[in-house]
Amino acid sequence: MPIRIESDGQTVTAYLSGEIDHHSAVAMRQAIDAHLVGGNATLLIMDFTDVTFMDSSGIGLVMGRYRQIKYNDGELHIQGTSPHIYKVMRIAGLERLAVIEKG
Amino acid sequence: MARQALNQTKITVLSRSSNESYARVAVAAFAAQLDPTVEELNDLKTAVSEAVTNCIVHAYPDTIGPIYITVSLFEEGLVQIRIRDKGRGIDDVKRAMEPLYTTGGEERAGLGFAVMESFTDKLRVRSTPYKGTTVTMEKVIRCR
Ligand SMILES: Nc1ncnc2c1ncn2[C@@H]1O[C@H](COP(=O)(O)OP(=O)(O)O)[C@@H](O)[C@H]1O
Ligand SMILES: [Mg+2]
Repeated sequence: MPIRIESDGQTVTAYLSGEIDHHSAVAMRQAIDAHLVGGNATLLIMDFTDVTFMDSSGIGLVMGRYRQIKYNDGELHIQGTSPHIYKVMRIAGLERLAVIEKG
Repeated sequence: MARQALNQTKITVLSRSSNESYARVAVAAFAAQLDPTVEELNDLKTAVSEAVTNCIVHAYPDTIGPIYITVSLFEEGLVQIRIRDKGRGIDDVKRAMEPLYTTGGEERAGLGFAVMESFTDKLRVRSTPYKGTTVTMEKVIRCR
């Protein structure tokens, strides 16, 4: 599974890896939502350090999880974005929804 | 006068989502002979991924159909990528190309065309309802 998740109930950290496209995003979404939906998490951290490729399906993945965490009045943080990933995120204006830490 | 391609490849894949990765990697491998930068290659891969995904998700929503990909290389580093399907078609192309417009539901961002547009130099979309859609993209790979 190209995703590893750590959770203490409040903070859920999702370490994504590999390529994020329409094909791979489904499993990632299900894995993250298993920790978010019906829970009390108020901070979701999505880590893109090991993501080698992403298209707009990744934007859908981030925006969908943003809606989930907002439902709990929580926040989304994004970290480890390469220049390519950041460029894709910029098209969606994700930097306005989430704190994005590059690198 | 029609331009003469210096080199060309044609790839046909079935509209299975596992081919999204194959299609973009195959196009990138062919374009690699122009010695693109990492950024240019990622731009091409992303644009191809968007167009191919659209065939899989939207053109053939309940069936498996063919996706025809033609990559042509021209003088001065020009790459042209044509991605064609024989699927459902789009009745209002202009509206479909607007950012955030999607018929795909919650998990689709409606930004596929916006990505293709900003990651290439030229994007043209032709579509006929019930006949299919052709997306043509061009990008100049700068000589280093
Ligand atoms: N090849 C295609 N065949 C039929 N409809 C398409 C095709 N490509 C795009 N569309 C239509 O255009 C809309 C916008 O596409 P896009 O910008 O890629 O966003 P998304 O894929 O996230 O919906 C789609 O929701 C769909 O209605
Ligand atoms: Mg799309």
